[in-house]
Amino acid sequence: MSYKKPNFKDHYDNFINGKFVAPIGGEYFENHSPIDKSLISKYPRSKKEDINLAVEAANAAKDAWGNTSPTERASLLNKVADIIEANLDEFAAMETCDNGKPIRETVLVDLPLAIDHWRYFAAAIRTEEGSIAELDATTVSTNIKEPLGVVAQIIPWNFPLLMLSWKIPPALAAGNCVILKPAEQTPSTATFLMEKIAEVFPPGVINIVHGFGPEAGKPLASHSGVDKVAFTGETTTGQLIMQYASKNINPVTMELGGKSPNIFFNSVMDEDDAFLDKAIEGAVMFAVNQGEVCTCPSRLLVQEDIYDAFMEKVIARTKAIVQASPYEMTTMMGAQASNDQYEKILSYIKIGKEEGCKVLTGGDAQKLEGELANGYYIQPTILEGHNKMRVFQEEIFGPVLAVTKFKDEAEAIEIANDTLYGLGAGVWTRDAHQLYQIPRAIKAGRVWVNCYHAYPAHAPFGGYKKSGFGRETHLMMLDHYRQNKNMLISYDKNKLGFF
Amino acid sequence: MTFERVAITEKAAAIVRKLKDEHGDLIFHQSGGCCDGSAPMIFEKEDMYLDDSDILLGQLEGVNYYMNEEQFEYWKHTHLTVDITEGRGSSFSLEIPLGLRFIIHSRILTEEENQALNK
Repeated sequence: MSYKKPNFKDHYDNFINGKFVAPIGGEYFENHSPIDKSLISKYPRSKKEDINLAVEAANAAKDAWGNTSPTERASLLNKVADIIEANLDEFAAMETCDNGKPIRETVLVDLPLAIDHWRYFAAAIRTEEGSIAELDATTVSTNIKEPLGVVAQIIPWNFPLLMLSWKIPPALAAGNCVILKPAEQTPSTATFLMEKIAEVFPPGVINIVHGFGPEAGKPLASHSGVDKVAFTGETTTGQLIMQYASKNINPVTMELGGKSPNIFFNSVMDEDDAFLDKAIEGAVMFAVNQGEVCTCPSRLLVQEDIYDAFMEKVIARTKAIVQASPYEMTTMMGAQASNDQYEKILSYIKIGKEEGCKVLTGGDAQKLEGELANGYYIQPTILEGHNKMRVFQEEIFGPVLAVTKFKDEAEAIEIANDTLYGLGAGVWTRDAHQLYQIPRAIKAGRVWVNCYHAYPAHAPFGGYKKSGFGRETHLMMLDHYRQNKNMLISYDKNKLGFF
Repeated sequence: MTFERVAITEKAAAIVRKLKDEHGDLIFHQSGGCCDGSAPMIFEKEDMYLDDSDILLGQLEGVNYYMNEEQFEYWKHTHLTVDITEGRGSSFSLEIPLGLRFIIHSRILTEEENQALNK
């Protein structure tokens, strides 16, 4: 089955206060598809004035929205899920066009997950309650969760609609109004979503403003009219956003980079069975989404006594990856999201080679034919080396796997934790003790055990160390979008006797 | 003989000069990981809070180039050349509205450079 490039309008606008509005300065930027460099459409190059409008609209809407019942909010979140589901194919084709990822991923992963996160938070908010404590016979402490007010959200380009669906539903469920800035590389599905759900929420509850980081992102993150900033992106921008938030004494949540280890103990090769087959697939997961995932398992750690036999299978499986038009359901890897990504990844492969890595497979750009010749394709690449090399330490955000071997459990843990980051990790073993003890020893917020790259709602996701803080895709995210109102009530009719 | 950790291509230098004309004093900060990371970012000088943990690698077109010390530990054996390419980052780096993105090309320091810079 194959899809094709969807039809787009000549240009799109910001969605502010319940309607589409042109940027005040009248400027638009062109957005091109990384698949073939063709023009997709033009999007608003918003500035501070546009951000001000969105912040004003959100502030005007926040009291009424914050007072809606959880029942009402949940019902609207479910409505959004239904609308996305009814238009799944169109959203998927648009996402593939904008980001370059293969259509099988958008159809089977990005969209179903996005839909489910809306439904999850619709359900979660209905089951919530505050707490009450009788402190003594006449004193009761009551805790009520109240929304923060207006939340600013800045999301990346690797999973555009899915990241939006990680961010917006918990904020709305908790009773906040949001202003979201999509990444300028992938503005399409956020806009399409607003076209489809324009009437669902009261004006001002959701606002989408497009533009560049320094011109629109910065005024949004530093705006004194917002009450919280949620960011997914990289470390330096994370630091800047925290600085801006400190001026407003605003809370933030940060989901930053990673350099996730994927560890294979020798017991995985004890049998030649379905589990070994699953483990090999687990090692090749670095190629998911062209490696453009914060939790890309980009460091492969293999126990030395199975190294040769295991790697032979991993290399064979990697060589079998089909790179063709991202619109074909049989394509496994698509285009890198942009030219600068493409250039950066190639420069990393080069430094890896210079540092002495052995190229086990790939190692270069991928030349595709016809219109795809203009797109940004890179071969899935495996580099063998050691953990001090830069390709083992830096997030390449591409289909580049750095592999090394380890002797025993202690060395596996030492290598796994020798990184600035702590977002994800994978542990593969048939040993019941290792299944528990190794994940506990790894300093990362998510450790996949005998699986990888699963992101179901209700399993909290977030980082340790320089990978950030906050836990998304779980009801604990609701508390990152709320404040606690404590009512301390006295049922004593008598005075203290002080005055 | 003096050795340097960072250099810049003429094309990139021209963009730095243009940004200086527009924004005044600037700094480079080498970002860490994720979507738009592992790339040099350029900001107005007062925009980013720097302290002793930010290592000054050198100066390019009068613009200081910093990297956090933890990251520096893994990078210090390499020489960096700042270049510019067509692209669209999603950070707050000032060149992004121009449709351009700074990138780095790296090479391993020679033994001589390593002796002078890291010993």
